[in-house]
Amino acid sequence: MNAALTRRDLLAAGGGLVVSFALGGSPARADDEAAPAPRLPGSLKDTPLLDAWIRVAPDGRITVLTGKAELGQGLRTALLQLAAEQLAVAPAAIELVTADTGLTPNEGFTAGSHSMQDSGTAIFNAAAQVRALLVGAAASDWNVASETLSVADGMVRAADGRSTGYGPLAAKLSLHVQAQPSSSLDDPASYRVVGKNLPRVDIPAKVTGGAAYVQDVRLPGMLHARVVRQPSAGAVLREVDTAPIERMPSVVKVLRDGSYLAVVAEQEWPAVKAMRALAAAARWDETAALPDEAKITQTIRALPARDISVLAWAGAAAPAAKRLGARYTRPYMMHGAIGPSCAVARLGDDGVMTVWTHTQGVFPLRAALADLLRMPQEKVRCIQTPGSGCYGHNGADDVAGDAALIARALPGRPIRVQWMREDEHLNEPYGSAMLAEVSGAVDAGGNIVDWDYAVWSNTHNRRPAVGGLMLQNAALPDNLPVPPAAPIPMPEGGGDRNSNPIYTFPNARVVYHFIPDMPLRVSALRSLGAYLNVFAIESFMDELAEAAGADPVAFRLRHLQDVRAKAVIRTAAERFGWSIRPPRADGEGRGFAFARYKNLGAYCALALALRVDHESGRVRIGRVVAAVDSGQPISPDGIRNQIEGAIVQSASWTLYESVRFDRQHVTSSDWSGYPIMRFPAAPESIEVHVIDRPGLPFLGTGEAGQGPTAAAIANAIKDATGQRLRDLPFRPATVKAAIGV
Amino acid sequence: MRAVALIAALGLITIIGGAVAAWHSAIAPVTPPTRQSFAADEVARGATLAAIADCAVCHTTEGGRAFAGGRGVPTPIGTIYATNITPDPDTGIGRWSQAAFRRAMREGIARDGSHLYPALPYPHFTRATDEDIDAVYAFLMTRNAVHQETPPNRLPFPLDRRVLLAGWNLLYFRPSVWQPDPEHDAQWNRGAYLVEGVGHCGACHTPHNALGAEETRRTLAGGYAEGWYAPALQRDSPAALPWTDGALAAYLRTGYAPQHGAAAGPMTAVTETLATVPDEDVQAIAVYIAAQMPKRAAAAAGSPPRSGGDPAAAMIFAGACGSCHGDDAQMMRRGEPSLSLGSAVNAPTPRAVIQVILHGVPAREATAAPYMPGFEGMLTDAQITALTNYVRTRFSGKADWSDVGAEVAKSRSGGGA
Amino acid sequence: MAVLNVNGRDRDVQADLDTPLLYVLRNDLALNGAKFGCGLGQCGACTVIVDGAAVFSCLTPIAALAGRRIRTVEGLGTEQAPGTVQKAFIDEQAAQCGYCIAGMVMRAQALLEKNPHPAEQEIRGHMALNLCRCGTHMRILAAVRRAAAAMGTAENGAKG
Repeated sequence: MNAALTRRDLLAAGGGLVVSFALGGSPARADDEAAPAPRLPGSLKDTPLLDAWIRVAPDGRITVLTGKAELGQGLRTALLQLAAEQLAVAPAAIELVTADTGLTPNEGFTAGSHSMQDSGTAIFNAAAQVRALLVGAAASDWNVASETLSVADGMVRAADGRSTGYGPLAAKLSLHVQAQPSSSLDDPASYRVVGKNLPRVDIPAKVTGGAAYVQDVRLPGMLHARVVRQPSAGAVLREVDTAPIERMPSVVKVLRDGSYLAVVAEQEWPAVKAMRALAAAARWDETAALPDEAKITQTIRALPARDISVLAWAGAAAPAAKRLGARYTRPYMMHGAIGPSCAVARLGDDGVMTVWTHTQGVFPLRAALADLLRMPQEKVRCIQTPGSGCYGHNGADDVAGDAALIARALPGRPIRVQWMREDEHLNEPYGSAMLAEVSGAVDAGGNIVDWDYAVWSNTHNRRPAVGGLMLQNAALPDNLPVPPAAPIPMPEGGGDRNSNPIYTFPNARVVYHFIPDMPLRVSALRSLGAYLNVFAIESFMDELAEAAGADPVAFRLRHLQDVRAKAVIRTAAERFGWSIRPPRADGEGRGFAFARYKNLGAYCALALALRVDHESGRVRIGRVVAAVDSGQPISPDGIRNQIEGAIVQSASWTLYESVRFDRQHVTSSDWSGYPIMRFPAAPESIEVHVIDRPGLPFLGTGEAGQGPTAAAIANAIKDATGQRLRDLPFRPATVKAAIGV
Repeated sequence: MRAVALIAALGLITIIGGAVAAWHSAIAPVTPPTRQSFAADEVARGATLAAIADCAVCHTTEGGRAFAGGRGVPTPIGTIYATNITPDPDTGIGRWSQAAFRRAMREGIARDGSHLYPALPYPHFTRATDEDIDAVYAFLMTRNAVHQETPPNRLPFPLDRRVLLAGWNLLYFRPSVWQPDPEHDAQWNRGAYLVEGVGHCGACHTPHNALGAEETRRTLAGGYAEGWYAPALQRDSPAALPWTDGALAAYLRTGYAPQHGAAAGPMTAVTETLATVPDEDVQAIAVYIAAQMPKRAAAAAGSPPRSGGDPAAAMIFAGACGSCHGDDAQMMRRGEPSLSLGSAVNAPTPRAVIQVILHGVPAREATAAPYMPGFEGMLTDAQITALTNYVRTRFSGKADWSDVGAEVAKSRSGGGA
Repeated sequence: MAVLNVNGRDRDVQADLDTPLLYVLRNDLALNGAKFGCGLGQCGACTVIVDGAAVFSCLTPIAALAGRRIRTVEGLGTEQAPGTVQKAFIDEQAAQCGYCIAGMVMRAQALLEKNPHPAEQEIRGHMALNLCRCGTHMRILAAVRRAAAAMGTAENGAKG
């Protein structure tokens, strides 16, 4: 959502200050107070009935439902805080049900840092409206004005001492009613739960071995299955002698359907051994030809493109005094969940296929599975069960396809499929390789007067909502149609996400060259194109600042209008001590970068110090200071946790990562072929300053730190060594080659 | 016993050799030369030679500043700490003149006249040309100066008396610049020069006598380094398939050869630095070493691995090793070499197998490279012994090793250097 | 068929002797703590403690475990009464998805039992075998420091 501060009514009522405003939901700009006709806040616009979100049982038990999923981002805790705040109960008094096609609203995917904007806003408002209905019911019972009643701990109290629980009140009214466009929300200053650091509700189980993940699902009679994947795209299974594998101990079934090959066993380890034997026995005809890894961005750039104009600004400006140009690239990158994807499926006697899955979108997955299985959607139920962190579209959906296909062949038996490490590394859809070319000019006063930006990328969305997009489709004999790749339109964008600069330039052109052909299978990886675009823009801002002889922080500030953007930049710079430059040792440098995610979500600025080892080219990150504005913070510590994680993950992307491949196969089949950052190389320290914005719309935070981190590292390496690195990643050998002897 | 004999011998030799050999004058300190006083191409050449010489490997601590010293080098007589060779004037070699540096490289004598321990492989460095030693000097003197004291060596008395090294030098040290062999071409000669000189391959790959000197008549016949076995690089090479110069060059640059296996132990760091060396030098080294080794593999290729082996160890192998080294493991299916092709299982000693089981091959930072976990905590000495024997039986056609249990105990305790 | 001593109890296990401990813990003993991450000893999600040392349970076959003491994260404490290291992880909110965390707790536990006052470099070096993809590294390190301090306090308290 935009910086839409749609605070409209301010009414005093019942002695307390009640602020009424709609959180989110408006596409209007911050300066555009003439908002369009009211629409329901957040996901209420798609699922407007209150009881789809909140139910109060006659005994007072409260159930809150969300169509979003816990991915390790702390969603459960944040949503409980929001509901508890408005329902005036303790978070522990609420049972939260997350994405389940049989129970919850359809909120699409848990992606794009949308959960708080969509689901959080819906639940916050629904809870306020439910509370109002409960209070209203008590008021009419007692024949007093609602404003004279107070609520706390699940009780409604009258001034004369009468009180009643929510249960009896709920029994008298229906929550099966349409939500209203606006809600009576408390003054943010009075929040008891929101804005406080409620400890994450899922952490105690996770550190003590409680059942927390789909990997922990154990059902009676459950079998373990493993899949022998096609060794390369389009490989055809020529022959396999399954008989010796079928005779292996514990093996229940070998499944062969076209080029789809799987084995099912009573126990897990025998299933692994049988899978290996089956893989060794399989003979394939392979035809895949991959491009040259060393020239991948040139290859991408040369592929046919669909050109999309992102923006074109033209205005009067001073003549250009200096013009620079640069090209920035990123390789294919991996999600790399620590736990390989896993799912459990069972075809029941009632003909319903139930799938326990860590997908980001139970409803789209249900559609895709129904397609793949040739079953009606009503006969498929997907229950979201947390998995290992996914960071986008990884193997979660595809493993659910495996479990369902195998469960169909063994009705009544729950089938658990957990991918092996190599299954995940070799078959997850990667984040697209990309490149950006930018040229810009500054005038004699050091102001940017012209900006020309072009970005080339594959799609960043191949999430399955149809069977043709499931991994199994290519292996099965009766192929479903595969929809062509499509770009995600702005303002969210895919490859062009954050290609639109937040800075104010008199002249600017931004073009997205969308490449439909995909040399490697790709889809959404945390922050999509924003990682490269922010890296490119924020690196180039430093290059222009240098050309203008300006301090990078001051240079950014003077090209910004957005007050909140300026505030995060100032906060990060001040807390870092940017204005004080102590004498430094050889190889030390510092860098700064900033972005507002999608120019719609959270603002994040960060400054960091690092040291480049001159001899090896190895980079060690020292102190990192970030500032973030996520609107009204729900849990400041939750925001800090997300930003810290984004910084470390992005540091690993930036300094280490690229998917390796030869002309036929991806060779990054495990962590030795795709190294990620380990503890000794983690930053010395990270501090995240959360800017409090009471009552402002929730802004998605989960992906805000990725792009700025990459650029801040590049800017700091430039500061440390004098060398500007533009091709990710910055491995020691790359850095050493740049700095020379 | 060995230490007593060693001390007695050195003491005797030093006395016989007399004070003249033991005493060297200091070379006057100089004002540290500026970076600008060295030519860029000389510094670049020095960088290559320093990489081939692996200076950084010994003279840098784990995670420490490059060339600042402080790394303890385990030797049979105790721990010797590599010194700070950055141009820091107080704690490094900033006040060393070019002449002082040359003398150290050629004769093992520090600027102040004291003897250096041959943990610094000056018996090899002495074979380098003056121009090359000067280039290394130029390279080191243009590094970032780091102020860092070197810890004192941990050696028992009287081995901490450097004067004893005079006797050692009289016995074993023959200063001489390497001379090309006209029988061979330039590439072979370049390789020989690098291997015998700055590359000091023999410091690990040549057997050492009781006094720590290389056995000159068994050059590159296999030795020990930091508790690991460094296989023979001549006719006794245990490789199952013959090394070609192409395979060797690839191995030296990447730490991995598809027909042989992965570098482990101290060799991993060697391959990491050789990755930065110009191709032609690595090729030359490969050509020279390959020429020392048999064109056809000695015994192993002809005799297939034996079946059988301890069934209990087979269970451990299947559960602990099979996920990578099992015949149908993903690593094997993607075409990586069987253990039967590795030098470790075909070597005359179980040391490399034991070390790699205990310590694995550490993950390399940021770069795709072979990795293996260490099983130190997972398996007991008896289990590692059984597993070592099993691996020998299953993957090598050669006779059983003897005393595996004792070797395991020695490796576990960190000894056996 | 084997007898394994897990968290102080002897357990009869019906599994082939080559079965890695991880599968036995998860499937036969229904212990969720140790996780499958790679099966290759590269990530540490499966870390448990055997005879005081942190080990990859995905690569430790039960054939190797007769008579040895196995400890898992379930043996350190419960949600209601977490152990010192577990409590430190909760106090630092040191988890995002949490999949790696039980392994992190066990590796940290093994370190602190041997070395109650590790330096920062020692902590980082010791924890290097375990991977985290969410980027929770700073909090995990803080939790290990906090646990070390808490253990130190307990030690001093006992002495005082």
